[in-house]
Amino acid sequence: MLDWPILSTVTFLPLIGVLLILLTSGKEESAARNARWVALWTTLFTFVISLFIWINFDTDTAAFQFVEKGSWLGNNINYHMGVDGISMLFIILTTFLMPLCILASWEAITVRVREYMIAFLVMECLMIGVFCALDMVLFYLFFEAGLIPMFLIIGVWGGAQRVYASFKFFLYTLLGSMLMLVAIIIMYFVAGTTDIPTLIDYNFDPQLQLWLWLAFFASFAVKVPMWPLHTWLPDAHVQAPTAGSVILAGVLLKMGGYGFLRFSIPMFPEGSEYFAPLVFALSVVAIIYTSLVALVQKDMKKLIAYSSVAHMGFITIGIFTFTQQGLEGGILQMISHGIVSGALFLCVGVVYDRMHTREIARYGGLVHRMPKYAVIFLIFTMATIGLPGTSGFVGEFLILVGAYQVNTTVAFIATIGVILGAAYSLWLYRRVVFGELVKEDLKNIMDVGRREILIFTPLILVAFWIGIYPEPFLDVMHASVVNLMDQHETAMQASKTILNAAK
Amino acid sequence: MVLPDFSIALPEIFLACVAMALLMVGAFRGNRSTSLISWLSVLAFIVTGFLVQFEGHASVTTFGGLYRDDTFAVFMKTLCLGASALAVIMSIDFNKRERLVRFEFPILIVIATLGMMVMISANDLMSMYLGIELMSLSLYVTAAFKRDSVRSTEAGLKYFVLGALSSGMLLYGASLIYGFTGTTNFDVLRDSFAGGEADIGIGLLIGLVFLIAGLAFKVSAVPFHMWAPDVYEGVPTPVTAFFAAAPKVAAIALFLRVFITPFGELVDQWQQIIVFISIASMILGAFAAINQRNFKRLMAYSSIGHIGYALVGLAAGTEEGVRGVLIYMAIYVVMNIGTFACILSMRQCDGMVEDISELAGLSKTRPWMAFFLLLFMFSLAGIPPLAGFFGKFYIFVAAINAGLIPLAVIGLVTSVVGAYYYLRIVKIMYFDDAAEGFEPVSRTQSIIMTASGLFVAFFVVFPAPLLDGAEAAAAVLFS
Repeated sequence: MLDWPILSTVTFLPLIGVLLILLTSGKEESAARNARWVALWTTLFTFVISLFIWINFDTDTAAFQFVEKGSWLGNNINYHMGVDGISMLFIILTTFLMPLCILASWEAITVRVREYMIAFLVMECLMIGVFCALDMVLFYLFFEAGLIPMFLIIGVWGGAQRVYASFKFFLYTLLGSMLMLVAIIIMYFVAGTTDIPTLIDYNFDPQLQLWLWLAFFASFAVKVPMWPLHTWLPDAHVQAPTAGSVILAGVLLKMGGYGFLRFSIPMFPEGSEYFAPLVFALSVVAIIYTSLVALVQKDMKKLIAYSSVAHMGFITIGIFTFTQQGLEGGILQMISHGIVSGALFLCVGVVYDRMHTREIARYGGLVHRMPKYAVIFLIFTMATIGLPGTSGFVGEFLILVGAYQVNTTVAFIATIGVILGAAYSLWLYRRVVFGELVKEDLKNIMDVGRREILIFTPLILVAFWIGIYPEPFLDVMHASVVNLMDQHETAMQASKTILNAAK
Repeated sequence: MVLPDFSIALPEIFLACVAMALLMVGAFRGNRSTSLISWLSVLAFIVTGFLVQFEGHASVTTFGGLYRDDTFAVFMKTLCLGASALAVIMSIDFNKRERLVRFEFPILIVIATLGMMVMISANDLMSMYLGIELMSLSLYVTAAFKRDSVRSTEAGLKYFVLGALSSGMLLYGASLIYGFTGTTNFDVLRDSFAGGEADIGIGLLIGLVFLIAGLAFKVSAVPFHMWAPDVYEGVPTPVTAFFAAAPKVAAIALFLRVFITPFGELVDQWQQIIVFISIASMILGAFAAINQRNFKRLMAYSSIGHIGYALVGLAAGTEEGVRGVLIYMAIYVVMNIGTFACILSMRQCDGMVEDISELAGLSKTRPWMAFFLLLFMFSLAGIPPLAGFFGKFYIFVAAINAGLIPLAVIGLVTSVVGAYYYLRIVKIMYFDDAAEGFEPVSRTQSIIMTASGLFVAFFVVFPAPLLDGAEAAAAVLFS
């Protein structure tokens, strides 16, 4: 354990970067350069500090670690931070992706660079806060506040349809979270506190749990997103700048999955058990339907966006199996998807920066001019399919094992989804990279540069690391996941006793 | 003969004397002294503010029970005085540039504020009416203050005619209540309903309804809101800024005092009316603002919606609800003042503009003004971590604890609709290409903007003073 508030440090460190950027002045050109460097160093520094969380993390306990507590709003609403095996990896994922996002925007963003970097740093602060918060109001604060910078990122630096996409993103998510807010207030009323660890131990009335579960589901299902609430995602992804897509796919979507793990399952075991079939149904529909939709997409980013929906479908299945394999697979798949889909968006960004189009038909035969790019793209295509040895395989496999124990039909349909996933990913790869280089404007395209290789190297390393030796990642979550299952089990027993007593 | 204890009303007496003294200064020195009078009235507000702080520690009445001073009154009066002082400061610069320099303007605001303080301290239907009329009459004049403008005079006349009607309803309601209970004093009224055994006649109920109608007019709650958009749009902008803040606070304070103190026991009787008014206001405020092009008109609908949210807290009828309303109003006033400081800075070389499309690309031409307006818009929409979220949060906590879950859900859903038009302003400022741009922001305006912007952004870090103050103030009404 450390004797300084590391979680608050990591969370609010990016805001120091914001302050520094505000202090830099000068001409447009030099201000932009300074802003880039400040943002890069801030995010790198944040990443290094966040590694201390992992290094000092005690894998033997399921309790919350690095806990910080201070009075805030009074009346049992406190500033309470802490991590456990479920949330810790998401913080690392966030701090890991951020410097890469800054690097990816190095040349792509040329207008209003200072504001762009400020928006990203604020975003990082809020995202880390979501995973650290151990008070529901604090959580809600970080969760919702993230909409503001993302709205601006999509709207200011996005593509042609950016206004529509940003409004849709904002209002969709806001509507979902409003219901969650009602549920939070009801829980506050019933239990008298918004402290997450206390609420996890609190047994809510089984009938009430169903309603609360639905209210939280409304918010997280939009965020994940689950079919049929996913329609904001393709729009937002396509219109967002590359780094914005990376953050969206890499971290924001994970907040939904994290929410299920942190709130829905431990706090409303009855509700989760009751609605698990609904989640399964929506997830398998998402897997099959969005995979088919992805097959016919003409826009590269849209295709990857739909594939994200499908992959998130796997994750929700894994989470709601309530088995150790399913839960761990779900968490690991979230980390892996954060890396891989983020990397795929970066791959699209590489060619988009050169050709300013994302239309698949405009490409073809890139391998002749861009061999290094072809290799990188291939690695991540294989990772998204879930080829053994890459990060995608471990998570997907664990999820399917977990699903098979609970419901063979779900496992069967989900496995079809894996095949469809291979189909659209490989086909995308074939159309973009293989074939003859016939398009005139592609004949002078440049291969990936040093900066781009610098971005992709860590991603490739992590993708293989998780694929080949996932133990360090799984080790972190074992204790917490087992604890989560125990809690679920005892809570189910408790509510059964209540129900029997009522009879 | 025993004289009543004047010291309890010292702040009001002081303010009344100042108003008359300033009027003398103005009468002798003419419009040249407007700037001096404005600053003196700001000073008077500050001094009165201090007097108010020193007064109220205990709950005391004077003038034969007509007048009450307590922590609740201190809280609300401080808010009103602050809002009025800022409104005067914002007007100085504007009036000079628009050639509207008249020394009566700050004095009218002082007198209106005096009326508000009487309203807040009213402990009797009589003193309540006195306060309302003193405030309203001054407001009618300020509304028609730009005499040469048809829009301004039209707004003033509209406000006056409808306001007179509402005063009539209020008075009629008060007389019915007096007729059926035999008293106008709040304490006696409360005692007569204590225990809940008293028989509530239909006459008293009608009186209550009229009272609600009259007060709803003053806060511009649906269905008595029709005047607000026209008046907000028609009157000079500093007057709009004033209308949107201080009078609303005073009227809400009166709403709380009347319905919690004397009629608190009858909560079952009036709750459904308040629930209806608040739902209707929230819905109208959210939907009607969507298509507005004029920023001031948009703010009128926004304020209707916000009053709807504040009334949710009253509908709860609990101490928690009152606390929520107090927090809400305090935050609302700051957000509104900040927004109007931005609207007052929408000046191009050929005069003021009010159309929101003029804000296009503001983030490039005036980045700080755009940033603060962005903060105010997100705060008005109730997005955390900005102050506006906490206002909504406490209101809805109270509503849900009082069992009004459907009301809370409707309120939150309308706030999503409302978020749309606030977002639209952000969109115009940040996503659209630059338009003509504005002249530099004046110093006073930028100070007010910055101060309210910092409050809105950093309330999350230091929430305790306001939360505790509101808690103490709310507790008084229930003791």
